[in-house]
Amino acid sequence: MHYNLNDTIVALATPQGVGAIGVIRLSGPLAISICNSVFKGKDLNKEASHTLHFGKIVDIQGEIIDEVLVSIFNGPNSYTGENVVEISCHGSPYILQRVLEILHTQGARSAEAGEFTLRAFLNKKLDLSQAEAVADLIASDSKSSHHLAMQQMRGGFKNTIAGLRTELINFAALIELELDFGEEDVEFANRDKLIELINKIQAMLLPLMESFQLGNVIKNGVSTVIAGRPNAGKSTLLNTLLQEERAIVSEIAGTTRDTIEEALVIDGIVFRFIDTAGIREATDTIEHLGIAKTFEKIRQSSIIIYVFDCTQLNEVDVIEDIKQLHAGDIPVLLIANKIDLIAITPKYKYPNLTVHSIAAKENRNINELKKLLHDLVLSNTKVVANDIIISNLRHYEALTKANKALESVQCGIANKISGELVAMDLKEALTSLGSISGVIDIDQDILGAIFSKFCIGK
Amino acid sequence: MIFKEYDVIVVGGGHAGCEAAASAANLGSSTLLITMDMTKIAQMSCNPAMGGVAKGQIVREIDALGGYSGIVSDKSTIQFRMLNLSKGPAMWSPRSQNDRLLFGKYWRDLLEQTDNLDFWQDSVNDIIVEKNQIVGIKTSLGITIKSKAVILTSGTFMNGKIHIGKKSFGGGRIGESASFGITEKLTQLGFEAGRMKTGTPPRADGRTLDYSKMEEQAGDIIPGKFSYLKSIKPIENQRSCWVTYTNENVHNILKTGFDDSPMYAGRIQGVGPRYCPSIEDKINRFAERDRHQIFVEPEGWDTVEIYINGFSTSLPEDIQIQALREIPGFKDVKIFRPGYAIEYDYFPPTQLYSTLETKLIQGLYFAGQINGTTGYEEAACQGLMAGINAHLKTTNKEPLILSRDQAYIGVLIDDLVNKGTEEPYRMFTSRAEFRILLRQDNADVRLTPLSNAIGLASNERLRNVENKVTGTQEIIRYFKSTSITKEDANNILLNVESAAITQQVKLSSLITRPQLGIQSFIEGQSDIKKQLMHYENDMLESAEILMKYESYIEKEKELADKMLKFETIQIESNFDYSTINSLSSEAKEKLRKIKPTSLGQASRISGVSPSDISILMISLGR
Repeated sequence: MHYNLNDTIVALATPQGVGAIGVIRLSGPLAISICNSVFKGKDLNKEASHTLHFGKIVDIQGEIIDEVLVSIFNGPNSYTGENVVEISCHGSPYILQRVLEILHTQGARSAEAGEFTLRAFLNKKLDLSQAEAVADLIASDSKSSHHLAMQQMRGGFKNTIAGLRTELINFAALIELELDFGEEDVEFANRDKLIELINKIQAMLLPLMESFQLGNVIKNGVSTVIAGRPNAGKSTLLNTLLQEERAIVSEIAGTTRDTIEEALVIDGIVFRFIDTAGIREATDTIEHLGIAKTFEKIRQSSIIIYVFDCTQLNEVDVIEDIKQLHAGDIPVLLIANKIDLIAITPKYKYPNLTVHSIAAKENRNINELKKLLHDLVLSNTKVVANDIIISNLRHYEALTKANKALESVQCGIANKISGELVAMDLKEALTSLGSISGVIDIDQDILGAIFSKFCIGK
Repeated sequence: MIFKEYDVIVVGGGHAGCEAAASAANLGSSTLLITMDMTKIAQMSCNPAMGGVAKGQIVREIDALGGYSGIVSDKSTIQFRMLNLSKGPAMWSPRSQNDRLLFGKYWRDLLEQTDNLDFWQDSVNDIIVEKNQIVGIKTSLGITIKSKAVILTSGTFMNGKIHIGKKSFGGGRIGESASFGITEKLTQLGFEAGRMKTGTPPRADGRTLDYSKMEEQAGDIIPGKFSYLKSIKPIENQRSCWVTYTNENVHNILKTGFDDSPMYAGRIQGVGPRYCPSIEDKINRFAERDRHQIFVEPEGWDTVEIYINGFSTSLPEDIQIQALREIPGFKDVKIFRPGYAIEYDYFPPTQLYSTLETKLIQGLYFAGQINGTTGYEEAACQGLMAGINAHLKTTNKEPLILSRDQAYIGVLIDDLVNKGTEEPYRMFTSRAEFRILLRQDNADVRLTPLSNAIGLASNERLRNVENKVTGTQEIIRYFKSTSITKEDANNILLNVESAAITQQVKLSSLITRPQLGIQSFIEGQSDIKKQLMHYENDMLESAEILMKYESYIEKEKELADKMLKFETIQIESNFDYSTINSLSSEAKEKLRKIKPTSLGQASRISGVSPSDISILMISLGR
C-alpha cells in the first residue's frame, strides 16, 4: 500500500529535541481549517495568504497549550504547493508533542519520511535537478526511520505486535472461511469466542497505548514538582540541580506566573522540574490562587519532591504537609534540606517513605538525589511490567486506529452484521498493526492461514 | 495455402478459448478457433457446475461484458442456487449445476452463429515469430496459418501427463492426447515455464447409488440466473444434489494406497492447489478429521452419470472403488471412470501485461490454465479479456483493462501479472479489497457501459442498464423524500419484530434496519405499493442494497479513489529503472521484470516499498 496524497499531513519542521522555537508544519487541503479549529485568535480561514498571526493553541477542553505565531500560505504559492500552515511554538518537546497530538485528533496525519518534499516536487515546486537529491533524502529518511522503528521494536514490543497480529489473522481467516467456503463442511467463527479474543487483544493494546504516554514522559520529560513550605530551599535545590548538569534551559511561557519549569537530563532521562509556590495557609486572594495552581501542578506531575527545612519542621508537620499534597499514587520523595545547619542528621520514621537528607546550598548528596530520581522512573511499575515503551507518535496513531477498528468489529458483531462488513474493520485493524511491524500483505496471510488450518475444497 | 491471414487465431476450445474466439469475432476481427477435437468444445473437464462464491460474480461480469458463459450456463442449468444469502449482498453468489453435454452443445451453437468466426480441428505445435512479433502458427498437419494475433489457451494439454496410481501416461484429459511443441518453442524464445497439477474425482453410475442414505440438497425455490439479458429465463424444473460423508473405514482403505500414490511417491512435481486438495491430501494433512463431506452431483438431465465432488484422487483405481463402497449410499457403487491427477505446463503470468499479451512477443496472448489459474470462470474471463485486447491491439485501439475496484476480473488479472502465483490461482472474495463494490447485482452497471463503448456489449444491454440505473435512483429518491407516519411504520415494524418508532420518519431511515427490506414496505402499506409496484425486481433489489449498505459502499469508494491517483500516473514500457540510484535493488529487479504500466500497478508488486514508489514518482517527473 502507498500513502494517500490527498489528505493533510503534519510534522515537526525543526529538529527533534529542544530548541528555543519549534515549528510544526501542516500541508494539505485542510491545513488551514485544521489549524484554525485549535487556534484561539483570528479566524485563519478568512486571513490572506502569507500572513502571520499571534494566538493560542488550545486543546479540546479549551485548555491553552501554548502561545504561538501562525504563518499561513495558500496553495499553490507555498513550499509544497498545497495549503500550508507553520506554527511556531515554544521549543519544549512536551508542548510540541501536545500540539501534534491535538492536530492529529483534528484530522491531520503524521507525514511519512520526506513527504513534504515529495509533495513539493509533485506540485512542481522543486525543479528536476533537485529530484535526485529528494529521492536520496526519501531513501535515507525511510531507512533511518525504519532503523529507529526496529530499535524500538526490540524485545517485548515487537513480539507483542507480532502476537497480536497472528491472533487477529486467525480471527480474520475464520471470518473469511465462512464467507468464501460457507457451502462446505467447515467450522464457523464462534462470535462469542471472537468477542473474547478481541477483549484479549484490546487488553493488550490498551497498556501499549498507555505506555505511549509513559514513553513520551521519558522522551519529553518526567514532570517533577518541587513542593514545600516557603524557605524550605526549593529554589536553591533547583538551582543546584541545574548548575551541576548541563541544563537544558527552556523557560516555558506557561499559564501560571507562579511556576517555573526547567529541564534537566539525568542519565538519558529528561526531567522537567516545576518549582511551585510554597504551601502554607493562604492569607490573601492572590496567594490563594497561587497555591491552587500549585496543587493543580502537583496533580499533573509524575514525581513530587517534597523539600523541608530540617531545622524548622518536625515529623508531625511533615506528615501534615504530605497529607495536604493529596498526592494520590504519585510517588513522593521526602527531602530533608539544610542538614549542614545541624550537627547530627536526624533519623526520620515515616510509614512507607524514606527521607533523603541533603544540603542544597553546599551541594551535599545531590548526586544521590539524582540517582534516586533516575531509579524511581526506571522502577515505575508500568514501565517495568511491560518493558514496552512506545515513543513514536506514528505507532500511537496506528495503535489507536487498530483499537478503533476493533471497537467497530465488536459493535458489528453485537449488531449481528454480516461477516464481510466485520472483515472490513478487521482488515483495517490488521493494516494498522502491520504498518508498525512493516508487514503489509494481509490477504496472503489470511489465505495462508485458511489453507494451513482448514480442510476445504470440494 | 488454404487459409487466409486471420486477425486473431485462438488455440484451444475450452472456456478461455471459446470466450476469446467469441469476443474477438463479435468485435469484428476475422477469427479462427483451432481445437484438437470439435466434439469437446467448452468441455466441463471437472465438476458440472458454474459459479459459486466469487466465481458466480465473475460469470455475471463476463455476461455484463457481452461474453457467452452466463447465457450458456443458464441454458444448461439443472439446478440453481444463490449461495451466501444469509450474508450481506456482496457475498451473494450465484451457482448452477449444469448438464455437461448441453453446456458444450450450447457453446458450440453460439459459436457457430457468430459472424467472423471459422473453425479448424487440429493440434498447434509451433508458433511463428518474426522480430518479436507473432505472425502465425503451425499445426501437426504441417499447415501454416498467418495472423496478427494468437491467443494460446492450452488448458491442461501442453505436455499433459495423467497419473492414476503407479500408471502414468501422456494426455490432456483422460482419453484425449496431449499437445507438444509449444512449450519448447516458447522456452527457446526466452519464456520461463513451470509445471502445475490438478485432479478430478471418479464418475459414478447413479443407478448404483442409494440416495436414501444421503441428505438431499435441492435448488432454490425461486431459481435465479446469470445472464442480465431479459430474453434468458430462469429454469422451472430442477434436479437435486445429495450430500454424504466419508468415514474412518474410507480413510483406512485409502491409506493402503498411499505407497502407490503418484503424489507421495514423488512422481508428480507440479504444484497443486491447497484449497482443492485430493481426498488423500485431506486425510493426510487433516488427520484429526474423521469425516469429509461428499457432494453427489448429477451430470445432466437425462444421464445417470454422477460427479463425486470432494473425492478428487489419483490413487489406484481399485483402491478408489473399495474406498467409495464404504461411503453411506455407495455400497454397490460402479464407476464409469476413475479419478486422476494431471500435470501440465504453465507460464508464470508475471510475463504478461495486464492485457494478457506477453511482454516478449507482440500479438501473443495467454489465457486460462496456461497462466496458472484454475476454474472455468477464471479461464473464461481471461479468454474474454484476451480476445477483446487482441482485437483492440490489432485495430490500433486503446486496451481495455479492468481495475481492482471495477471487477473481480480486474483483481484476477492484476494479481496474476503483478504477483504471479505459486499454486493454481482461484478467485476468492477475500482477494478483492473492494468486494462490497463488486457485487453480483451490479456487474452490469459496472461493466456493460465499458464494453458497449468498445462495441462488444449490445445496445440492448446498455439500454437495460440505463433503465435499471434510472429506476434504482427513482426508488432511492422516493425512500429519501417520503415520510411514513408512526402508525403505518409501526404496523410494518411489528410484523418483523423491530422496535417501534415514536414519530414520523423518512422511509430511508427505516430501510437500514436489518429485518426490513423494500418488500416489507410494499406488503405493509398500500401507498408505497402503488408507487413501487411497476419497478422491476432487479431495480428494487439494487435500490435496497444501495440504501442498506450506503455507508460501507461509500467507505470503499473513498479507498478506491485514493488508489486512483496512482493508477493515472503512467510509466513508459521502456523506462530504465537502473538509472535511479535511490531505488532498492530488489525493487529495481522486480520493476524491470514486471514492467508496470502505471505507478499504481508498481505499488502492488511485492518487494516494491512505499518509499520506492515515492522515488519512482519523482523520477517519472511527477
